[in-house]
Order: sequence, then structure tokens, then C-alpha cells
Amino acid sequence: MAIWGPTGAGKTTLLNTTAGLIGYQGEVFFDDKAMEGIPSSRRGVGFLFQNLALFPHLDVASNVGYGLRVRKERANGRVDELLRLMKVEHLKHRYPKNLSGGEKQRVALARTLATSPNILLLDEPFNSLDNQTCRHLIFELRHIQRRLGITMILVTHNPVEAKDLADRVAIMDKGRIKGVMPSGSFFSSKDIHSHINDSYHDLAQPGSRGQR
Amino acid sequence: MPIIGVVVIWEVVARLDLVPAYMFPPFSMVMVKMYHLMASGVLEDNFVASLARVLAGFALGSAAGISMGILMGCKETMNRSLHPIFSLLYPIPVLGWAPLLMIWVGINDLLPVMLIFICSFFPLLYNTITGIKGIDRDVIQAARVLGASDKTILTTVILPLAVPNIFTGLRLEAGMAWRVVIAAEMVAIPTGIGALLMRSESLLQVDVIIVCLIVLSLMCLLFERMFRYGETRLTYKWRG
Repeated sequence: MAIWGPTGAGKTTLLNTTAGLIGYQGEVFFDDKAMEGIPSSRRGVGFLFQNLALFPHLDVASNVGYGLRVRKERANGRVDELLRLMKVEHLKHRYPKNLSGGEKQRVALARTLATSPNILLLDEPFNSLDNQTCRHLIFELRHIQRRLGITMILVTHNPVEAKDLADRVAIMDKGRIKGVMPSGSFFSSKDIHSHINDSYHDLAQPGSRGQR
Repeated sequence: MPIIGVVVIWEVVARLDLVPAYMFPPFSMVMVKMYHLMASGVLEDNFVASLARVLAGFALGSAAGISMGILMGCKETMNRSLHPIFSLLYPIPVLGWAPLLMIWVGINDLLPVMLIFICSFFPLLYNTITGIKGIDRDVIQAARVLGASDKTILTTVILPLAVPNIFTGLRLEAGMAWRVVIAAEMVAIPTGIGALLMRSESLLQVDVIIVCLIVLSLMCLLFERMFRYGETRLTYKWRG
């Protein structure tokens, strides 16, 4: 599922609330189970941060294995498996500063998947990537989602990303969900066009990511 | 090369007898004096006394500064409560504390140790806080979502990422600790390199004064290099 909306719509706040990273009023339910008082580490969520938040002092393998180590689970086999899945096994001993944007993205995703979360929360993860890398990653994410059968919630202000990655798209504005629709009908929705016209004049500019 | 050049010029100028040798001794004479002071044990005794004070004051001050810095960097309530107090105390020049400490702890070994403690505490405190506050919050949140406890986050994320700032503080303050111990020994304590300096001044022993200054310079440099090496060893892989 993708949550699409303009900057300042409350998308990241919704994601942080879901993950339990910030205090909130109201209730969050996972499979009808209230998450009240349950820390983020025990909600079964994986969180891919907008800036990826890789540990700069740890190499790729240690980054990916961090969650397993702190949970005192066996890391080696799982780390190698994820590095292979994300096609970054050759970067195992590199540090984040020596990785490209796309490589960092893959490592961050591998780290997030390491603890086998039930829900993967993606906070505008493609922002800093070029179009080609972005397309590749969206394709791979869909593949991983199907292979692992994991629920993904993508937050984005880019309608193309929302349509390409998600089965369903929720439109969010001013802290509220305005509507939920299948991604196939997302671009034919009147809401999206009015939102795009109102909020995304820049998308009409040549060369912008929305024109891909 | 530049050092050798200075030494050669020093030796030559001093040998021209433009100034009496007791006022401006040649480098070679200073080295001979240094040898005698070492052979007689005078230099060693005073050096060890100063070194012990520096190590004690610096270790205690740094440990306290880093610990308090971690507390204030991680707990905003602690930071808000203590910051105003430390902001008032920090600007006081360290030797300004000397008269008060002379009354409180007396004129003994504890005085320079306390002064070095104060001199090390504040910079390490603020460097540690800056290091911790500079860490990307998302990195800490990422560790939390991955299952790390507060204690694990502290030891595996916060402290390693604050190391560069902590070491900058250690590096700068190690030299300062030597300056403070010399000052304290010059005004109040009868042993140590500072005391030897004062005795030499009253006896017009310029060669001994220069020996003390060389020792002081070498120790400041050694401590600074030592911490630079430690910082590099701990962080070069990920900082480059």
C-alpha cells in the first residue's frame, strides 16, 4: 500500500506513529491487536528511513546484522542470504561512506528485512536516487514483497512511485486520508488530478521525476 | 628539518657570545644540563611528580566530563537542568579557582589535581554533548526499531559516533592539563616541573629552565599525538 500526499500532509508522522517512534493520542492496531504500550522493537515492523540512517561506523555486513545481534539471534547465514537477495554481497566489508545512493538503499533494505518484520514501512526511500536506480529498486521491491509475502506501506509524494509499487494507494492531505483506491485507478481518480494540479506544479516541469 | 635549523642557529648565535652564556646557553650546554639532571634523578623526580598529577587530574576530569556529557546529551531534562549551572562555571579561568581550592583542599598534591580536573571536565563535557547531539536521530531510531535497548544503543551507536568529538576534547585538553600543572606547581607546590622552573628562575639557571620547557613541550606534543593516534585507530575505517 502507498500513502500519497503533498509535503506536510502528515505521511511521515503516520508512519512514525505506526512504528511507535513518537508519542500519539488514539490507537494503532496490527491485526486487531492494540499496539498501546508496545515498543517499536516488538511491533514487528521494519522501517526504511528517508535518509536511510545506516550506521556510519559499521560496515555493510555489520549494518545488516545489527538487528539480529542485538536480538541475540544468529546473524551470519541470514546476513549473507540478505546481501545476496539485495545483490550487495560484494560490498560486505565496505562502510556506508563508500557506497553509492543505490547501494546504500539496498543495504538499508537488507538491514530492515533482517529481523523478518511483518510490516515494512518505507518513508520516501527513493528521494535521493536517480530515475533509473529508482525504477530498478521499485521493481526489486515488488519482487521481494511477493517473495517474502510481507506487507509494505510506502509513503511518498511522488504519484508515479505510489502507482508503480503499491496495490492500493491512499491519498492523504492535512493529516487525513481522503480516499483509498486500487493503484490501477489511481491516475484516473479526480482527487489525484486536483491534488496534482494544486500541489505539484513542479511535476509538469521537464525533467522532474514525476514525468518519468 | 626546520627543528634542526633552529637548533643550529641557536647553537651558533649562543656561541657568538653576544649574550652571556648563563642568560642564553647554547643548545649543547642545555643538553649536557639535561643529561646531568637526568643522571642525578632531579629531572625524573620532578617529572614523575608532575606526570602523576596530570594523569590523575586528567583521567578523573575527563571521565567525569564524558560521563556527565553522556547523561546530558542523552537526557534532555538533565541537559536543561544542568546546562545553566555549567554555563556559569565554564567561563571561569581555571587558575581563578586556585585561591578557593587552596583554602578548601590546602596546598598539597590535591590542588593541581583538582585544577586539572576542572580544566579537563568542562571541555570534555561540552565536546561529548556536541558529539551526541550531532548524531542523526534517525540512526538512533533505526537501532531502536531493530530491537536495541537504550543501553545497547548507547554502547553500540551513541558512544562510537561521539568518539571523534570526545577525542578532539581529549587531544586539546591533554596539553592544557600540562600547562595547568606547571602553573599550579609554580605558585604553590614545591615539587614537579613547575616548581623546578621556579627554583631555577631564582637561581638564574636558564639552562635548567630551558630543559623544563623542552620536557613540557615534548609532553604536550606526546599527549596530543597519543590521542590523535587513538582517534585515528578507532575511526579511520568509517571516517577515512
